[in-house]
Amino acid sequence: MAINPKKTPMPTQDPIERGRNFNEVAIGYTVEMALGEAERCLNCKNKPCVSGCPVNIDIPSFISKIKESDFEGAYQVISKYSSLPAVCGRVCPQESQCESKCTLGIKFEPVGIGRLERFVADYHNANATEKPVKPTPNGHKVAVVGSGPSGLTCAGDLAKKGYAVTVFEALHTAGGVLVYGIPEFRLPKSIVAKEVQTLNDLGVEVKTNVVIGKTLTVDELFEDGYEAVFIGSGAGLPNFMNIPGESLKGVYSANEFLTRSNLMKAYREKSDTPIMKGGKVAIVSGGNVAMDAARTALRLVAEKVYIVYRRYMTELPARKEEVEHAEEEGIDFKLLCNPIEILGYDNPDDKRDPKNGTVVGIKCIKMELGEPDERGRRSPVPVEGSEFVLDVDAVVMSIGTSPNPLIKSTVDGLEVNRKGCIIVNEDGLTSREGIYAGGDAVTGASTVISAMGAGKVAAKAIDDYIMNK
Amino acid sequence: MYRIVKKEELNPTVTFMSIEAPMVAKKAEPGQFIILRVDEEGERIPLTIAGYDREQGTVDIIFQIVGGTTMKLNAKNQGDYIQDFVGPLGNKTETEGVKKACIVGGGVGCAIAYPVAKKLHELGCEVTSIVGFRNKDLVILEKEFDEASDRLFRMSDDGSWGEQGVVTAPLKAMLDAGERFDVVIAIGPVIMMKFVTLTTKPYDQKTVVSMNPIMIDGTGMCGGCRLTVNENGKRVTKFACVDGPDFDAFTVDFDEAMMRGRMYAEFEAHVRDEACNLFKAEVK
Repeated sequence: MAINPKKTPMPTQDPIERGRNFNEVAIGYTVEMALGEAERCLNCKNKPCVSGCPVNIDIPSFISKIKESDFEGAYQVISKYSSLPAVCGRVCPQESQCESKCTLGIKFEPVGIGRLERFVADYHNANATEKPVKPTPNGHKVAVVGSGPSGLTCAGDLAKKGYAVTVFEALHTAGGVLVYGIPEFRLPKSIVAKEVQTLNDLGVEVKTNVVIGKTLTVDELFEDGYEAVFIGSGAGLPNFMNIPGESLKGVYSANEFLTRSNLMKAYREKSDTPIMKGGKVAIVSGGNVAMDAARTALRLVAEKVYIVYRRYMTELPARKEEVEHAEEEGIDFKLLCNPIEILGYDNPDDKRDPKNGTVVGIKCIKMELGEPDERGRRSPVPVEGSEFVLDVDAVVMSIGTSPNPLIKSTVDGLEVNRKGCIIVNEDGLTSREGIYAGGDAVTGASTVISAMGAGKVAAKAIDDYIMNK
Repeated sequence: MYRIVKKEELNPTVTFMSIEAPMVAKKAEPGQFIILRVDEEGERIPLTIAGYDREQGTVDIIFQIVGGTTMKLNAKNQGDYIQDFVGPLGNKTETEGVKKACIVGGGVGCAIAYPVAKKLHELGCEVTSIVGFRNKDLVILEKEFDEASDRLFRMSDDGSWGEQGVVTAPLKAMLDAGERFDVVIAIGPVIMMKFVTLTTKPYDQKTVVSMNPIMIDGTGMCGGCRLTVNENGKRVTKFACVDGPDFDAFTVDFDEAMMRGRMYAEFEAHVRDEACNLFKAEVK
């Protein structure tokens, strides 16, 4: 049988319609689509795709189960490796991981591994009736700081080995960036809640409203009988550009903008949490977070949403799929453009005018690509005299974060690098015995799956450490 | 869920609540704050800790009813529960080495100033307190301040309580008379803190202010609480939740902080109006 050279397309909501709702953009494969796509897998003996997966899921094996229509069996394969399959199937950058290694990809489009993973996880969540079996307790206690992707993965892996795991979460809901950062239309919160519930069923206890470094310190966790601590506290304080006007009313960090909308549900009509709605919005920079912010702004009924990015389209750091979705929805990309000032309203006749200090525009300068540097990359340089103003009512700064200071300042002997990221060895071990770390707290802002990979590595190391103590 | 152990109306717009939160009570120090959410759909709001009892495991909050969330909170009664209560957040007020302090509290800010005065008093520090209110009906914690202070100046805008005038008047008089403090700590509306700073600066009198900007997570993630301070002639962004809430008064850009504080004024006013209509409907 001839192999279909193309991936089975993912059905999506109509771009215009979805730009005005928060429902999930990608609808998911039907059984027929999943079976068709699974048939494209060559089931290679050397399994190159597995090496591209940060948590080493046995991909050909789960796809084989799909071919047999044993969808629950496929789920069982994935769940051996991943604690969050429904999440990964949605937000992993498969094109640069598993799918980039797919043999089929040499001649054709690679197998839609991520789409199949999502199909399997959704099938399980919709049909499974049995709760996961709680493993026999091994009598050891481990604490996990932060309930984002790295913490949940570490907790899940340890719980499966019989550890009593407690996850401490600073916010009121478990999930970390999966609930405060990634929008509903890309990752429905009910899916995150379901994955957390699965971990609860395995015996993982999540304690919300506990800020490690404030409510409790890491050393107190050891005093409480935890034998090891995993720190997955995530990315921290948002960066700003240090240009004039960043304190004006209507300037948000991407973290604040997304947290208001996602975690605090400000997008709902009757939410208690306010957010700027409507008007024109500029998002500064071009990563995945910027795409999320832009598409969220659009759904908050913005008239116009701009992405302002100082380099060229092909250099946008965001996933291709996210950029394509944003373009389809009508986000306006202002490329080779750099903000130099945010402009605010100022009524010279009335100092008490409540409008004073609200954003009215963003002044940008056009950029051109300069001479290539030693690495051959042409960096953008400003074009003199090319300043122009975009009329906007809100600006979202999405230029990265710096690590959270709360933990490093309260753990003696915890080494961090110049940027404040926690230093770990290849097992995720920090400079302190029994303290492990992973995810953005170690790497700075990165992906969900790499954080999960770090949680997985640390869980194994923690198990070795405690068992050999 | 966190139980409201005690509720007391201090004046028509200011309420005291004692909340059962043993983990927070164990660590709480004057100057720190908590973040709460009244119910499942609620907004996260920061409130500075007004007191704590480590044995009973309770934390006190005092809040002014200004918007939707504080109205909802005020509708709760003793024995009811609130959804979330997290802390203690921020840094404690620095009390080490302070032998003589002047505490300036304005309006509901006195609720935050009081635990600072009390702690300094307990540490054997000489405490001068200046507390100001618009009028006598809005006065809170008079007895408490009296007990925690070696000297207490009572000020009101209309003269209906204590002396008529602003809090900076007795402060300036003392400084003019040559009196100096290890630190002046001002807590209240931003405009008051600005004027306290304008008063103490000519005398180079060390002054600390407690900033209370808009916040969401309170743990150094969202950046909503940012303010600008002047560090060696450079304007630097700081975050009240992890760098503060106390700041060296001479460095803070108060005008910007006031402007940012009004970001959602319209939203809050709208919520208030809607609630008022609801109340009207109930009366009918």
